[in-house]
Amino acid sequence: MDRNWVRRVARILDIPFCVAGGIRSVADAEEVLGCGAEKVSINSPALERPGLIDDLAQRFGTQCVVVGIDSLATPDGWRVHQYTGDTARSRNTGRETLAWLREIQQRGAGEIVLNCMDMDGVRLGYDLNQLAAARTACDVPLVASGGAGVPAHFAQVFRDARVDAALAAGVFHDGQIGIPALKQYLGAQGVEVRL
Amino acid sequence: MKNPVIVASGGANIASLQYALERLGSRPRLSADSKEIEAATHVILPGVGAAQDAMMRLDGAGLSSLIPQLSQPVLGICLGMQLLYESSEEQDARCIGVLPGRARRFEPASGRPVPHMGWNRLRALHDHPLLAGICDGDYAYFVHSYALTPSAETVAVSDYGADFSAVVSRGNFHGAQFHPERSAATGAKFLANFLGLS
Repeated sequence: MDRNWVRRVARILDIPFCVAGGIRSVADAEEVLGCGAEKVSINSPALERPGLIDDLAQRFGTQCVVVGIDSLATPDGWRVHQYTGDTARSRNTGRETLAWLREIQQRGAGEIVLNCMDMDGVRLGYDLNQLAAARTACDVPLVASGGAGVPAHFAQVFRDARVDAALAAGVFHDGQIGIPALKQYLGAQGVEVRL
Repeated sequence: MKNPVIVASGGANIASLQYALERLGSRPRLSADSKEIEAATHVILPGVGAAQDAMMRLDGAGLSSLIPQLSQPVLGICLGMQLLYESSEEQDARCIGVLPGRARRFEPASGRPVPHMGWNRLRALHDHPLLAGICDGDYAYFVHSYALTPSAETVAVSDYGADFSAVVSRGNFHGAQFHPERSAATGAKFLANFLGLS
């Protein structure tokens, strides 16, 4: 990853931001945090070497360490997938999603982003069942990911899965949902949100 | 001419503070040099890591005895604010001691994990130039496990199970428990207000 790019973002951004991708060691994380990022997020490298979570938490504190999980429904239940950024390499690790969720918290994950791959990109709403199940196994902030299509989906995932935050990308990038309008809407729905 | 200095107390996340001051048109310097810190118009003590480790670094650079002598505006941020007090429960650290009191650990409770991390609202207890243009209910960004209970020095509080000191001030020593450099427009106003103190 281009560290200068992180630095350029930090120069203009006045809210906390998290860098994901390409962080495989404490030294990588130190570099990214030194460029002005607030947190780092790791996914596949944590599956390769779960001790990386412990090392990062020890060095920077749990508040700095976000762990992303890509989870897919299989005939055996929800399973963690790895290398999902590359369709040729993407694979089922065989790890049970909720068991992994518990393990990473014990190791020092301070925040968890659960990307429900079945819903990712389809814009039909978050995977409320899986996220509600994850909530019961998760004592740290839980971020819902995958499936946002309309503002009501956000309200639904806060209400029904009691997540701490909802992540979306596509609907924001193509302008289908405006962030200020979404926050106004959620505030009116009784979700606590900084306007 | 403003000549703010950020005390180089070690640690990784000084860049965001530096950039926040640059966005205000200021050119902060990062220094652990006593002479340079004494010559600054404004001194900012950031908080990085744990209390005892931070104090050891300040002691090692001769800064824990210098800071109480400073007469220009001094702002401690997050752990930097806690270091201005007498002591902290964190590693049972003795601190700089320009403000009376001891930082205590938050008790975790259901729905209130520790560290207290995220956006929380400010509530002013009285008027203060640091809070000019900042309204009750404005959000600021916090990341901390230890806090000061409200006292005579407290200017604004925030609530995490109970009120704790979010902004403090006595004489030329000021503190923010939140991170103004990461608190959007509210944080920028706060930093501009600090640079406006003389």
